Amino acid sequence: MAEFWTSTLWPLIIMVAQSLLVLVVLLIAIAYILLADRKIWAAVQIRRGPNVVGPFGLLQSFADLLKFVLKEPVVPSSSNKGVFLLAPLVSCVLALAAWAVIPMDLGWVISDINVGVLYIFAISSLSVYGIIMAGWSSNSKYPFLSALRAAAQMVSYEVSIGFVIITVLLCVGSLNLTAIVAAQDSKWGILGWYWIPLFPMFVIFYVSALAETNRPPFDLVEAESELVAGFMTEYGSTPYLLFMLGEYVAIVTMCALATILFLGGWLSPIPFAPFTWVPGIIWFAIKVMFMFFLIAMAKAIVPRYRYDQLMRLGWKVFLPLSLAYVIIVAAVLQFGGLAPK
Amino acid sequence: MILPALFFYLFASICVASAVMVIASRNPVHSVLFLILAFVNASGLFVLMGAEFLAMLLIVVYVGAVAVLFLFVIMMLDVDFTQLREGFIQYLPFGLVIGAIFLAELLLVAGGWVMNPNVTKSITAAIPTNVSNTEALGLVLYTKYIHYFQLAGMVLLVAMIGAIVLTLRHKVKVRRQDINVQNARNPELAMEVRKVATGQGLQDADAGSWVK
Amino acid sequence: MTITTAGYSLLPVLPELMLAVGAMVLLMIGAFNGPKVTGLVTTLAVCLLVVVGAAEIMLPAGKHVTFGGSFIVDDYARFLKVLAIIASAVTLILSREFLADQSRRIFEYAILVLLSTLGMMVLISAGDLIMLYLGLELMSLALYVVAASNRDNAKSTEAGLKYFVLGALSSGMLLYGASMIYGFTGTVSFAGIAAEAKTGNIGLVFGLVFLLAGLCFKVSAVPFHMWTPDVYEGAPTPVTAFFASAPKVAALAVFTRVTLTAFPGIVVQWQQVVVFVSLASMVLGSFAAIGQTNIKRLMAYSSIGHMGFALVGLAAGTQEGAQGVLVYIAIYVAMTLGTFAIILTMKRNGQPVETIKDFAGLSRTNPIIAFFFAMFLFSLAGVPPLAGFFGKFYVFMAAIKSGLFVLAVVGVLASVVGAFYYLSIVKLMYFDEPVGKLDPMRVELRTVLAVAGLFNVLFFVYPAPLVSAAAFAAKSLF
Repeated sequence: MAEFWTSTLWPLIIMVAQSLLVLVVLLIAIAYILLADRKIWAAVQIRRGPNVVGPFGLLQSFADLLKFVLKEPVVPSSSNKGVFLLAPLVSCVLALAAWAVIPMDLGWVISDINVGVLYIFAISSLSVYGIIMAGWSSNSKYPFLSALRAAAQMVSYEVSIGFVIITVLLCVGSLNLTAIVAAQDSKWGILGWYWIPLFPMFVIFYVSALAETNRPPFDLVEAESELVAGFMTEYGSTPYLLFMLGEYVAIVTMCALATILFLGGWLSPIPFAPFTWVPGIIWFAIKVMFMFFLIAMAKAIVPRYRYDQLMRLGWKVFLPLSLAYVIIVAAVLQFGGLAPK
Repeated sequence: MILPALFFYLFASICVASAVMVIASRNPVHSVLFLILAFVNASGLFVLMGAEFLAMLLIVVYVGAVAVLFLFVIMMLDVDFTQLREGFIQYLPFGLVIGAIFLAELLLVAGGWVMNPNVTKSITAAIPTNVSNTEALGLVLYTKYIHYFQLAGMVLLVAMIGAIVLTLRHKVKVRRQDINVQNARNPELAMEVRKVATGQGLQDADAGSWVK
Repeated sequence: MTITTAGYSLLPVLPELMLAVGAMVLLMIGAFNGPKVTGLVTTLAVCLLVVVGAAEIMLPAGKHVTFGGSFIVDDYARFLKVLAIIASAVTLILSREFLADQSRRIFEYAILVLLSTLGMMVLISAGDLIMLYLGLELMSLALYVVAASNRDNAKSTEAGLKYFVLGALSSGMLLYGASMIYGFTGTVSFAGIAAEAKTGNIGLVFGLVFLLAGLCFKVSAVPFHMWTPDVYEGAPTPVTAFFASAPKVAALAVFTRVTLTAFPGIVVQWQQVVVFVSLASMVLGSFAAIGQTNIKRLMAYSSIGHMGFALVGLAAGTQEGAQGVLVYIAIYVAMTLGTFAIILTMKRNGQPVETIKDFAGLSRTNPIIAFFFAMFLFSLAGVPPLAGFFGKFYVFMAAIKSGLFVLAVVGVLASVVGAFYYLSIVKLMYFDEPVGKLDPMRVELRTVLAVAGLFNVLFFVYPAPLVSAAAFAAKSLF
């Protein structure tokens, strides 16, 4: 029994506790990120944004949460009920699941698996199912069109994200996220991170991340001027909340991934004291925030793409570009003698 | 080690159950969703075996891409399911006979099973611990098995050409946007300013095309 | 000359590499210039095939093995590869008219034929089960597409789809068999399997049967022949000519190689399968063809029957038998391509005519074509002294020498029945009233017809080169 306790139960409890901790922190962070998104948007448009609930509107997200949870969930009578209710759960759970492997500081990770990048890539490729299931099960025209758009869009941009990840892997020689950050650790600080040598891929990743998470200017899936609210048209109350939550978690995940792949994760940008005294998690959070700021600015500034333009960008611009860059990077690493062991 | 065993039975039973549901469910979309569930659980089994790279690849390729496109097509199918089922009962006895024959054959084979020692050897060979399994795959895939790899690539190339040949049609009536032409447009190209006399309208010979 | 990759010598695969690279270059030429270069790409593809065939012949003599035994180039492989390449090249030449049509200018057609030929070459040289499967898939996948290449024709699409679905099923069976064989022998290489497969272990035999079932589908032998008539009829005629020639060579080649080199220890087990398949194909091919009214369907049943005859040689399981198979398939290819050159000529007012009735009175309107066609039909029926007779002669001799008297007798009887429907067409051509004049024959069809026809008629004068080449090739298997 004692052995069972030490070998099985105790690690299990620890793991659950860690997961809960990450979950809670993440969700609270999401609440403020949502608020930040709205504030940035408002600031660009010279509005104030949410400012009623709490000081500076700081409690706005929690008010929204309460509102959604307290309302009655409506399930359309002609919908496919099981799938209809499963869809938001899938969307939200998958988005949260990605955080199991994201290292927020050296060793601050629930599961430091060997194939971390692939895991995140796999999970993010699954996120399309939430949308497809919702769109199909609503049994309504707009959600269905939205589901079709989502399926094509997310699969298309996954291809270029895959190539971006491959270039980083070529430089690092490992799929482990911690190893990817460690590989960017040099005496050059911010100049040693991958965003400089792989700058085109950084840009491609940023744009593809927008498309992959259905953020403006690629939010054709929920384009309100064409499809009402896309796949979420028939949703309300808690299921809708879960979709929103899943969406924002996915965005933050993409920011975290960009931080790890290109911006040196938890590393300090200036590699000497007193900057190295700052805990890694702070740097990590700052970088994630910076990435999110870029994404939020894109929403505020750029008008929405047309669907054929979106597809053209994905397949005819990003795919050849990223493919070429993979080959160039591989060639440089191989023939320049820079390849990781 | 009770946890891996627990997870094995969890993944395995869900995998089998959802595989059954793939053929049992009435709605093809549900079938595909169950198929996806089966894939995910199969990849869980891969993880338990220590084949994490394969597990992730299974999800990325099959679940993330193949099944999405599959679902994409199935969702848009307008199939009358009652009609599909009409032939089912009719062919059922035939199917059962074939199934029974296959089962009998399998039992025969399983009964006469003498696993070749070579197979057992390769299955039970110790997994090298000094390389991750991504690396281990990479070490042989591009060297020892380069010919298989390249040939598989050729097969995919044929599949790609085939898909394009059979489906790509350049319809004349479809309006296409040429981005370069679009970007090269400027006011001089796009418009012409003309003086139009009051009450006269356009008097040019090509007025018709201008009005259009 | 030593070129290697990852420690493997690349010299034996040089022709395949040339073909693969050439096909990709042609693909680029086509992709960047669009459908207007279809004719050019097709011509270049034929040139490429000629070069590859020459390279294959010019490889240093003897047996070369590379990729750790999974790729074998011996006299057997060379003989059949050259045959498959000739068949593919002739098909491409026959396809020129089909591709010239404005609505069907698909340059990818030639590329697909090239890649399919690449698959055949891999298949013929396969030294293990994985290579076999990959070659087979490469070959078949391209075939499915070309079968459906006449996109606006429902029958062509149906042919492609039918072929694809049944082909996928047969691939599944083949893989199932291959995995069983692997399970019971612990290896995928033919040499390794031969060393392990000494006893008729039940699991191994099951695996073997499934493997052979998959291969039977590709050679369209009974009971896996059902797709053949529909696909032959539905596919565009040049494609049908292709189906009837090159893939049959490759599939028969791998059939022979697998049975003779991987399972020499359990001849008794596979011999009964091959004997049954061969018997059934010969009988069905002969009887089912009688009622056909469409010449392409008739050719489908004819090819089913011919595969049965070719397998008679394999059933013998001897070197002589293998030689018989090789002679048979070579002559069969010549006869088939010649016949299809004639079928492609059958056009009135630009519209192809495919029913057998349309051949009525051909001797009066087009005496030369009628003569050659009659010769082909006699040859397909196995009438001496035409080439077809020699093919049958060698396989039956081999069968009799290994004591398969029943097979030989049934084979002869089946060819007598087969002669009935071949001769009925001859009768139609020479004794019935003509239905109208044909369009003039295109020059490339004329060339193919002349070469194949003369080969067919004059083979008996000097059969030695082919027969001795086949003998050498067969020898390298044992």
